[in-house]
Amino acid sequence: MDWLYNIVIDPFVQMAATPDFLLQVLWEGFVTGTLYALIALGYVLIFKASGVFNFAQGIMVVFAALSLVGFYEAGVPAWLALILALGVMGILAVGTERLVLRHMVNQDEIILFMATIGLSYFLIGAGELIFGGETKSMITTELGLPTGSTVIDVAGGILILQHIDIAAAVIAGILVAALAFFFSKTRIGRALRAVADDHQAALSVGISLNQIWAVVWFAAGIVALATGIMWGARSDVSFALQIVALKALPVLILGGFTSIPGAIIGGLIIGMGEKLFEVYWGSLMGGGVEGWFAYVLALIFLLFRPQGLFGEKIIERV
Amino acid sequence: MIYREAGQFKTSYKADMAKFPILQDRIAIWIYLVIAFVFIPLFGSDFFINSMMIPFLIFALAAIGLNVLTGYTGQISLGTGAFMGVGAYACYKLTTYFPDVNIILLVLASGIFSAAIGMVFGLPSLRIKGFYLVVTTLAAQFFLEWVFIRVAWLYNYNDSGAIEVPQREAFGFIVTGPSADPSVRYLVVLSIVVLITWLTSNLLRGHTGRSWMMIRDMDIAAELVGVRPLKAKLSSFALSSYIAGVAGAMFVFFWLGAAEVESFDVNHSFLILFMVIIGGLGSLLGSFLGAAFIWMLPIVIRAVPRVLGLDINASTVEQLNFVILGALIITFLIIEPHGLARLWAIAKQKLRIWPFPY
Repeated sequence: MDWLYNIVIDPFVQMAATPDFLLQVLWEGFVTGTLYALIALGYVLIFKASGVFNFAQGIMVVFAALSLVGFYEAGVPAWLALILALGVMGILAVGTERLVLRHMVNQDEIILFMATIGLSYFLIGAGELIFGGETKSMITTELGLPTGSTVIDVAGGILILQHIDIAAAVIAGILVAALAFFFSKTRIGRALRAVADDHQAALSVGISLNQIWAVVWFAAGIVALATGIMWGARSDVSFALQIVALKALPVLILGGFTSIPGAIIGGLIIGMGEKLFEVYWGSLMGGGVEGWFAYVLALIFLLFRPQGLFGEKIIERV
Repeated sequence: MIYREAGQFKTSYKADMAKFPILQDRIAIWIYLVIAFVFIPLFGSDFFINSMMIPFLIFALAAIGLNVLTGYTGQISLGTGAFMGVGAYACYKLTTYFPDVNIILLVLASGIFSAAIGMVFGLPSLRIKGFYLVVTTLAAQFFLEWVFIRVAWLYNYNDSGAIEVPQREAFGFIVTGPSADPSVRYLVVLSIVVLITWLTSNLLRGHTGRSWMMIRDMDIAAELVGVRPLKAKLSSFALSSYIAGVAGAMFVFFWLGAAEVESFDVNHSFLILFMVIIGGLGSLLGSFLGAAFIWMLPIVIRAVPRVLGLDINASTVEQLNFVILGALIITFLIIEPHGLARLWAIAKQKLRIWPFPY
């Protein structure tokens, strides 16, 4: 019964014994979760508008961050580098629409999915070719992002909050609010929702699919740039992020593929869940469980609720 | 393919149902087999056999495995790399415990283990499909990768964490280990690939294969006309993982010689999915064409600057490789989403009626 005690009771005893540590773990999970949520947000934007599952989102994050750092290293001031990086994402959005998506209207979703994998290969190669393969550090201070940390006394201990993490959470919040506003209040936002609902119906009332796709890929590019800055500030800018970006998939499963709040909440659940599991249960299994926890959680979740937390009920007809 | 099948009448059901109903096709397949079994081992250089033919055949087999699942049953999987790993580790453990058993039998048996694990991870497919299924197969991928690292028993507790292929003999020849002759390994791989391809193609023509295709085309409708999804989906997962497992065991035992967990990472899953898509979903021929394309292309790209006398350093070539591969994948998907197999079929049809347009 010893192992049962180790699994069921001991972790909770530890949590209760050092609540400050628990809070710290939760905070770390929260910040990681924000990043997952941001990556997932990029996926959701494109999936909602075009039904394409954009595998290249993770690479777009790296690409955006790399071009930002690349411009800065070329001697451009930070604010201009930021604008130029946005410009790169814009060109990428228009280019993808012109060269790839436009030719693939009406294809199966798996074919479109494969095309985005092709796109991500292309971007990996191009990114390394242009910016070099080595990891770079993000220009955090030059962009005016805060550094340093605050120590808060809580529950008989201390909680260390990195300022950059707080900034990340705030920026993510602003981004989501802006997107929500954009979707519900603007003309393009309404057109976007119409396209998401039904391509043909949207076309028939005079909405240009091509224009909408370019817009939505650009929006995803902006999200990618924000994610890239935040991620780069926490660790380095490198192509290793590609594997991390895959974690957005279980996040999407939890949140549902078409729900923006779902992406946020899913990201937070996955981020906090995997940190808790790693810290309190991981040692029982030899550690390193962060790599698969998110996927297994999503797998178990799917068995009970296939449409996700906030997804629409799936109705199938023959 | 400039031939006419005019005058070849089928007078029995057997002839009608034959795998290659046209005489010229039968001749062609025998010629290919003779080239593969006789001419390549005799005249191919060690480099050609070892770094082109053997991996090509192994990847083709893995692609067939994925094609059974994705192309014929319509279930997308990104766990092929891990299922190959299961086969490889299973084979390693089997040959540790039974060193005297013929290694070829063990390679074939190791697929059974990956089939069992594939079925477990295939269970969610009964409730979900499409991209949701991608996530469950990714769960298999990352969970199994973790197992390969953490469970030291799998690699016999050695310090490197890698599996080293021991030397084994079969039929009087050394077939595995560093001193095995490339031609011998090639022939073993080729025989297994041909055998499994032949068995799979028969299975696909029969009741089982048809029930898979019904599930792929419309699962609810298939259920209504009496296909049991549980049986059809799980059997497809089992066969797919079996083939992937055998391919993985061959990958390590007949080609790499030693393997770590990196040999079975998610990038390999992607690579094999590419082969299936580029080659053509739902086509065995496509699996071979796709594997040839994806495997040979980088080798060709690497050779181009050397042939042209350009001085480009290796990492630049590697990056260009990615760019070209990515661009080609997109181009292919735009030109012909059904892959090389469809292009081949179109070319054949055009040649058949040549010189007339239709």
